[in-house]
Amino acid sequence: MISLVKRPQPSKAWVVATPILAVIVTMILGGLLFAAMGKDPFVAIRTIFWDPLFNPDFAAYSRPQLLVKAAPLILIAIGLSLGFKAGIWNIGAEGQYIIGAITGASVGLAFYPMEAWFIFPLMIIAGALGGFLWGLIPALCKTKFNAPEILVSLMLVYFAEQIMIAVSLGALRNPEGNGFPGSRNLAQYASSANPELIAGTGAHWGVMAAFAAVVAAYVLLSKHMLGFQIRVTGESPRAAGFAGINANRLIIFCLGTSGALAGLAGLFEVTGPAGQITTSFNTGYGFTAIIVAFLGRLNPIGILLAGLLLALTFIGGELAQFMLSLPSASIQVFQGMLLMTLLAMDIFVNYKVIWRKKEAV
Amino acid sequence: MTELLKLQGLTKAYPGVIANDDVGFSIAKGEVHALLGENGAGKSTLVKMIYGLTKPDSGTMTLHGASYVPTSPQAARAAGVAMVFQHFSLFEALNVAENVALGMENPPKMKDLAKSIRDVSHAYGLPLDPDRTVGDLSAGERQRVEIIRCLLQDPKLLIMDEPTSVLTPQEVEILFKTLRQLQSEGTSILYISHKLEEIRSLCDGATILRLGKVVGTCDPRATSARDMAELMVGETLHIPTRDAKASGAELLAIKDLNYAPKNPFGTRLKNLSLTVHAGEVLGIGGVAGNGQDELLSMLSGEARAQTGTVALEGKEIGKLGPNARRTLGLLAAPEERLGHAAAPNMSLIENTALTAIIRKDLSKNSFINWTKTESFAKDIIATFDVRTPSATAAARSLSGGNLQKFVIGREVMQDPKVLVVNQPTWGVDASAAASIRQALLDLAASGAAVICISQDLDELMEISDHFAALNEGRLSTPRAAKGLSIDEIGLMMGGSDTVSDTQTTEGVPA
Repeated sequence: MISLVKRPQPSKAWVVATPILAVIVTMILGGLLFAAMGKDPFVAIRTIFWDPLFNPDFAAYSRPQLLVKAAPLILIAIGLSLGFKAGIWNIGAEGQYIIGAITGASVGLAFYPMEAWFIFPLMIIAGALGGFLWGLIPALCKTKFNAPEILVSLMLVYFAEQIMIAVSLGALRNPEGNGFPGSRNLAQYASSANPELIAGTGAHWGVMAAFAAVVAAYVLLSKHMLGFQIRVTGESPRAAGFAGINANRLIIFCLGTSGALAGLAGLFEVTGPAGQITTSFNTGYGFTAIIVAFLGRLNPIGILLAGLLLALTFIGGELAQFMLSLPSASIQVFQGMLLMTLLAMDIFVNYKVIWRKKEAV
Repeated sequence: MTELLKLQGLTKAYPGVIANDDVGFSIAKGEVHALLGENGAGKSTLVKMIYGLTKPDSGTMTLHGASYVPTSPQAARAAGVAMVFQHFSLFEALNVAENVALGMENPPKMKDLAKSIRDVSHAYGLPLDPDRTVGDLSAGERQRVEIIRCLLQDPKLLIMDEPTSVLTPQEVEILFKTLRQLQSEGTSILYISHKLEEIRSLCDGATILRLGKVVGTCDPRATSARDMAELMVGETLHIPTRDAKASGAELLAIKDLNYAPKNPFGTRLKNLSLTVHAGEVLGIGGVAGNGQDELLSMLSGEARAQTGTVALEGKEIGKLGPNARRTLGLLAAPEERLGHAAAPNMSLIENTALTAIIRKDLSKNSFINWTKTESFAKDIIATFDVRTPSATAAARSLSGGNLQKFVIGREVMQDPKVLVVNQPTWGVDASAAASIRQALLDLAASGAAVICISQDLDELMEISDHFAALNEGRLSTPRAAKGLSIDEIGLMMGGSDTVSDTQTTEGVPA
C-alpha cells in the first residue's frame, strides 16, 4: 500500500531532482513510443539529444540553432514566470510576440531605406512597447471588470494572428515583392538587421537580451521588493493583502512585463532569424514558453536550462524527422510528455512516499 | 412526547483536544431543540457525529429506540436525519432542480422533480422556482434550496447549523414559520445557534455545551437570555481586581463606522465607535462571527468602511492602506495564522519581511536587506522563545503556539503605537498563551494602546482595562473591566444592552 505524507516544508533536493528525473522518464517513455512506431529507440533518443550538438556531419549547422531557438523561449518564459509565480496566468505570449514583431518592424520599415544607428534601438523600444500594450489589455480587463486573464490573453492571440495576416497582405507588404504576402526583409536592411554577433554561435541581440532577462529576473525575485511581493501573492493572496500589497498593480506589472519581453522576442526574431513579417511568422514560441517556464520551476536559472533543453528537442526533433522519418506529431507528443511527467513528479516536492502494510491503514 | 433521538456518553477526542466529553441528551418527536455554545464548544463535532461525518470514540445513539450508528451521511439520510449546513454546497451555474437532483441517490425525472420542488416549497411557505439559476439567488433563497433538498427526503430529524446567520429579518420570519409548521407535523429539529433571543422564541428545549461538556439544559422559554449566556460562558470567570489605569492620551478613535463586507457570510459592522488611550488594553469579547474579522480588517487597512472615521492620534486614516497605517504606528495581527498573518510555505525570515520592512527599515531603494531582516527574525525568535529549528524554517512547519508567538512578537517588536490582535492565544498551549498575554500587557505598560479581540473571556478579563462586546456587528459601550459582573458581561455579549433599542429594527420574531 503506497501512501503520501505531506512534508513539513517543500524538499529543496526534489525541486532540483524532479526536472532531471522528468527528462529521464520522458526519454524512457519516448523511447517506448518510438519503439512502438518501429524505430530503434536508442537511435531516436540519440538523434534528438546528442546529434544536434556533437554529430560531426551537421553539428556545425545545428549547434548555433540551439541559441537561436532557445533565446525567444527563455525571454518569453522569464516574463511568464513572474506572473505565474504570483498566480497571474498570461497564456497569450504568442500574441504579444506577434504584436511586438509588428510594431518593431513597422518602425524599421518606416525609416527604410535610410541608414542610421538609432533605428535598431528605436525598433527595440517599439517592439517592447507593442508587447507591453498588448499584455496590458488582459491586465486592465482583469482589474476593471474581473475578466479572467487566461481567456482574454489567449483570445488576443487569435486577434494578433489576424492582424499579422492583414499587415502581411496590406500595410507592411513589400512593394517590391511581386505581390507576394510579407514585408521587406529586415535582416537584409543594415539599420534594422539583428545579425549573429559571434560567428558560429548563433548569438544575436535576442540571445544577449535573454541572458540579461535571466539575471534581472533572478535579482528581482531574490532581492527586490517587487519580486518578494510577487512571491507572497502567489503563496497566499490573503497574507499579501495583509502585507499591503496592491494586487491590481501587481497584475499590471506582471502582464505588462511578460508582454514586453514577448514583444522583444518577436522583434529580435523578425529582424534576425525570420527576417520578415509573413502570414506564418509565428511558430508557437509563446506557447512553448509556458512549458519552459514550468519545466524551469519558474526559477530564472531553471528557465535558462529548460529553454536550452527544449530548443534541443526542437532541433533534434527536426533532425529525427529528417533522418529517421519520424512524424512531426510524435515529436510534439514527446515534448508534451516532458511537461506531463514534470507536473506529475511535482508531487514529490511536497509529499513523501511511504510504503505501509495494509493493516496500518 | 415520545423520544426520537437519544445520545448517551458521546465522546470524541482529536489530538490535543477533547471535542466532546460524555455528551448526552435527547430530542423528542416534534421538538425544536437548541444546541447552544460558544465557538469551539463542540457543537460542530457533535452534529457531525449525528450526521455520520465522524465516528464517536465512545458512547451510543438511539433513534426510534433502535441503535443508530451512521457510517456516512447517506446512512444518516436513509435513517431520516437531514442537515442544512451553514455554508451551502450548491453549483452556481446549475438551476435549482439540477442542484437538488445532484444530492439525490436516485433522482427522478427533471420534470417530476421540478413539480415536487414546487409542491414542497408551496406547502412550507418557502417560495422557490426550480428553474432559476442558483447563481442569481440571494443567500436566503440558496438556503431554501438546501432546506427543500432535505424536506424532499421527508426527514424525521432536521439539523440546522446557524441558519439565520445569512438571512435578512424578513427571511428569518419566513424560515421560523416553516420550522414551526414542520414541528407541528411531527418533525424534530436540532437548532444550532448562539442567538439567544431566536432560541427563546423558537425552541422547546436547549442543551448548552461548554468546552465539550454539557453544562446545562433548560427550557429556553422559561429561562432568561442572561441566564443562558451565563451558562454558555461559565461561572469560573475571574473578574479583575486591578484598577483601570489612569488613561493617557487618546491614540485611536473609531466613530460611527459602517461596513458591509463583500463576502456574503461576513458580518456587517453597524455604527461602531470606540476609543483607546495610551497604556490601555481594550478587550473586545463576543461569540465568533459577530464581526471580529471585519473589525480587524477595518483597523489593519485591508478593507475600507462605507461610512465613519478611523483616526490615529487625531489624524484620519480610514482611507489608508495597510502599509501607510504601519508607517504611522498602527499594527495588527489577524486571527488566522497560516495564510493571513503568515505565508505558510515561506520562511520565518520572509515572513518577517511581510510586515516589518517599513518600521524596521529593512529595505533600501526597494531592495530588501535580507541580512538585516534575518537578524530581526532571529531577535523575534529569541525574545519570544519561538521553538523552531532555524529562521529559515517554513512557517507551516511550526506548531500553532510557536507560530503565534512569532506573529505577535513580529508586531510587538516593531514598537507599535496601537496594536490590534484577534484571538491572540487561540489554539495555543497554556504557557505560550501566558507569555503572549504578558507581552501585550508589557506593550501597554510601555505606553502603547492594545485592542485585543478574543472569544476567551478569561483572557480578556485578565488583561483588559476596558471591555466591550461585539454582537451582530454592533459594539456595546466599552466599560471598565473592573467590577463587571458575569451578568453584565452576558448581557453585553448577548447584545442586550444594545438590543433594547434595536430589537424592533432587527426584527427577531416573537
